[in-house]
Amino acid sequence: MAGHGTTHVDAGSLWGGKVSPFSASYGKLMMWFFLVSDALTFGGLLVAYGYTRHTTDSAWPIGEETFDSLPFLGHGYPLMYVALMTFILIVSSVTMVLAVEAGHRMDKKGVIKWMIATIIGGFFFLGSQAWEWSHFIHGSHFGSVELNDGSRAIVKGHFGEFESLTVVESGKEFKEGKTISPAGKGHYKMDAEEMFHHFRHAAMNGHVHDNQFTLHDGSVVKWKRHADEHLTLLVKTDGTGKALEKVTKIEGKKAEEAYWGAVNSGKKGRIIYGADLSSNEYGPSQYGQFFFFITGFHGFHVFSGVIINILIFFGVLRGTYHRRGHYEMVEKTGLYWHFVDLVWVFVFTFFYLV
Amino acid sequence: MERDDIIEYSLDTHHSEEQGKKVRRKIWLVTAILTVITAFEVGVGMTIHQDSPYWWIVKLIFIALTLLKAGYIVLVFMHLGDERKVLKYFILVPYALFIIYLIFIALTEALAINSIWETYGG
Repeated sequence: MAGHGTTHVDAGSLWGGKVSPFSASYGKLMMWFFLVSDALTFGGLLVAYGYTRHTTDSAWPIGEETFDSLPFLGHGYPLMYVALMTFILIVSSVTMVLAVEAGHRMDKKGVIKWMIATIIGGFFFLGSQAWEWSHFIHGSHFGSVELNDGSRAIVKGHFGEFESLTVVESGKEFKEGKTISPAGKGHYKMDAEEMFHHFRHAAMNGHVHDNQFTLHDGSVVKWKRHADEHLTLLVKTDGTGKALEKVTKIEGKKAEEAYWGAVNSGKKGRIIYGADLSSNEYGPSQYGQFFFFITGFHGFHVFSGVIINILIFFGVLRGTYHRRGHYEMVEKTGLYWHFVDLVWVFVFTFFYLV
Repeated sequence: MERDDIIEYSLDTHHSEEQGKKVRRKIWLVTAILTVITAFEVGVGMTIHQDSPYWWIVKLIFIALTLLKAGYIVLVFMHLGDERKVLKYFILVPYALFIIYLIFIALTEALAINSIWETYGG
């Protein structure tokens, strides 16, 4: 690009404190300094993640096993969703740099066009991250399971949907002998997901026995479900929480007995669904904590980046920068926006790939 | 108070329509490179698993590709490659030195603690 570092100055200006040794304006320089300090924060977080991962003797989750779902399509698409998120962020970085380029030509219309695209891209990324968090927190239909010998396995396969629940013991709301199903009437009408939701709650708290579980009103129901398909248990840690040398695979009848045996044990904690700050179905608790903190901190940066972009966008619309004679404000917010993309490149590698 | 004797560096980055075309071509080229690298990473991540004996090579390739992507973003998208060399190295070198040191010390410590837990239980 033209101009950088080529400005000729006379001795008077050179020694009179009017020259920047970097040939860059004050604002741009300060933005770079801020980005270096922010990069240190993210660098520190990712190194802390690496530190924890290397100290633990428990089985660390694997990216393509943990993140294998797409909206509307279910599971079985390893890494596709994060790839999409990465692509969205790269594209919005490109539209930002195109806005900066248009600014260098004093092309106001071009700046407006590309900044709108960047802001939309930012919102898309935030929406994707919201879905990803929601999915991570709610977890799979199976959760993870503690087997009879105390070892823990993650569960893969297709969960057989609930067809109906027959009330075997009356509670406050549901009366004995009645059936809860998608075809039911009043509060006896429930779709498969809603029935699963009640089941999940009971299984998590150890309120399941003999293929029956307790609903929130105290009634006990017996379930009827479709069969699970391709149920596979991947045993990762032994009874003491240590990682096994080799992951053991349990499939077919054995997997069914082990999994549903644990569900029906009536013990709290045998099945863990999704993630919160104290435990998660994917691996050690620190994994979930780092996931929430690092992707959350990055998401917060994306959010503030979108807000700053919107503010600068209004400045562009009002012609503030055009009158000033240069669009350096767009360049500076662009630096911040690219930095957010840069951080994601590293988060993507260290959280999802390796 | 506005000073008019200060050199307006913000104008240095202005360029003409023809130069703009060149700049845009470079931007789209880098976009294509970043997209291909990401697609390649996802493809490899899906096909080669972590229990494979070649995983350490894959891991090194991932890290190298990540640094390559980061380089393109910083030098082209953030225009650090177009700034004066002194600014470029002023930003990159201290950060790189510190973070390499931090990674080295943290991973050394982590592996030492891990081996202690392995030996004495934790």
